[in-house]
Amino acid sequence: MIQLDEIQKRLLKEVADLHSVPEGAYNIRSNGQAVGRASTANIEIIPKENASGIDVKIKPGTKNESVHIPVVMTQSGIKELVYNDFYIGEGADVVIVAGCGIDNCGPKDSEHDGIHRFYVGKGAKIKYVEKHYGSGEGTGKRILNPGTEVYMEENSSMEMEMVQIKGVDDTERTTKAELAAGASLVVRERLMTHGDQRAISKYDVQMNGEGSSADVVSRSVAKNDSYQKFDAVLTGNAACSGHTECDAIIMDNGRILAVPGLEANDVDAALVHEAAIGKIAGDQIIKLMTLGLTEEEAEEQIINGFLK
Amino acid sequence: MLELKNISFGVTEDNAEKEIIRDISLTIPDRKMVVITGPNGGGKSTLARLIAGIEKPSSGRIFMDGEDITDMSVTDRAKKGIGYAFQQPVKFKGIQVFDLIRLASGKKIGVGDACTYLSAVGLCARDYINREVNSSLSGGELKRIEIATVLAKASSISVFDEPEAGIDLWSFQNLIEVFEGMRKTIKDSSILIISHQERILNIADEIVVIKAGRLAAQGTKEEVMPLLTGTDSAVPECKMGAVQREGE
Repeated sequence: MIQLDEIQKRLLKEVADLHSVPEGAYNIRSNGQAVGRASTANIEIIPKENASGIDVKIKPGTKNESVHIPVVMTQSGIKELVYNDFYIGEGADVVIVAGCGIDNCGPKDSEHDGIHRFYVGKGAKIKYVEKHYGSGEGTGKRILNPGTEVYMEENSSMEMEMVQIKGVDDTERTTKAELAAGASLVVRERLMTHGDQRAISKYDVQMNGEGSSADVVSRSVAKNDSYQKFDAVLTGNAACSGHTECDAIIMDNGRILAVPGLEANDVDAALVHEAAIGKIAGDQIIKLMTLGLTEEEAEEQIINGFLK
Repeated sequence: MLELKNISFGVTEDNAEKEIIRDISLTIPDRKMVVITGPNGGGKSTLARLIAGIEKPSSGRIFMDGEDITDMSVTDRAKKGIGYAFQQPVKFKGIQVFDLIRLASGKKIGVGDACTYLSAVGLCARDYINREVNSSLSGGELKRIEIATVLAKASSISVFDEPEAGIDLWSFQNLIEVFEGMRKTIKDSSILIISHQERILNIADEIVVIKAGRLAAQGTKEEVMPLLTGTDSAVPECKMGAVQREGE
């Protein structure tokens, strides 16, 4: 049985909604090494031999199972690069919960760079949740650079929920996806930056097969002096449908650059992008003030709702 | 009781001072339903915004139960017991109908309580409680939710700015029942409605006519209605129904 201290438990709760060791397959990584791992009859987790990371093999037809692979870092000054590969068998239907929490109380930067590769088999259905969280009073930065690659076979579907609400100083997220015929990718990103944080999120989605579809939606809030860049490129190489949307609120001196990109290489590719950046609408604040909320309380409710 | 004393309000437009409200004095007694009518652009909505605290008068004072509230913020006025239903309901992204009604009530209410308010405005509560208050709702639906928030807030004085606009004829009687219900359930409460609608004017204890920023007439409906019949300040419902349907 693995032992976790209070900070580790708190981070696990933030990034994976875990109060203790999860049920089903899991791999918990703490301060650069695996501290707990379990496979099930259908989901096998194998540590990589030549690199840091794991292979997660999900048998075809596996239904209603989950995999948790949270990472927590509580020591200042750790820098790691981890490769996690997921092989999802045909027709499987599973939930994968990743996430990284960094508590940095020291003066040195802590950095976790996770490269996740998903090989999604025919007809498989995946829900992937990735949450980032940072805490700690130290002057060292909390840095997360996730790279995600998704290879989707025919008629597979993947829903990705990417959440980073608090405490990560610097993040550069790159997500690449290749979709075969009938494959469907849905991405929901929620991001809030504060202080002098910086967050960059790039998407490169290639719709290669007929009837494939992608829907990449980001909702974000940039407070204080923080900076965000949302750069989403959808490429339609066949009869497909793609939609990307960036909906952002700026506050204080926050800055956001949204760069939606569409490339249609087939006459039957239908691609749409939407982007809107602005401060909170004044009438929204006034409406909540007429209900008795202060201006600050009103802003908090509006942002909580926006990022819900 | 709400008292406006010598209220004036102006804006600067093209470097020229434009007076929107000119020296209006008005008292809304407890337990009364007062309807303000008058031509468009006459300053009625501005008066409602001045009462809610969204605008501040350039001169004059506003008193509530004897206390001068002229310099109070929107929040403090709301806490003191002023409710305000927007003419154009505000849309939010992500905030659900339940959230808004819970915030309005100022209490930790359950879904059941929130549903009571929605049912009162003629919405089938379970279909709406988890909906986002955004443009997926029709104008009429948003308007009824707006009224439900003011109902949930249970203020001692509730101000409604053209509550019938965008609401279909079916729910018109319902709307009048909402006002009558509020008078019964909220002790000593008064209601101030801005409306051109004859049926709403007919249920008023007192009618106030505002024209070109001035108080043009004030009195019981028996006194004031004869002055209005046939003008744009008292539109019969069939005329309104012909031009306004829900969602338009």
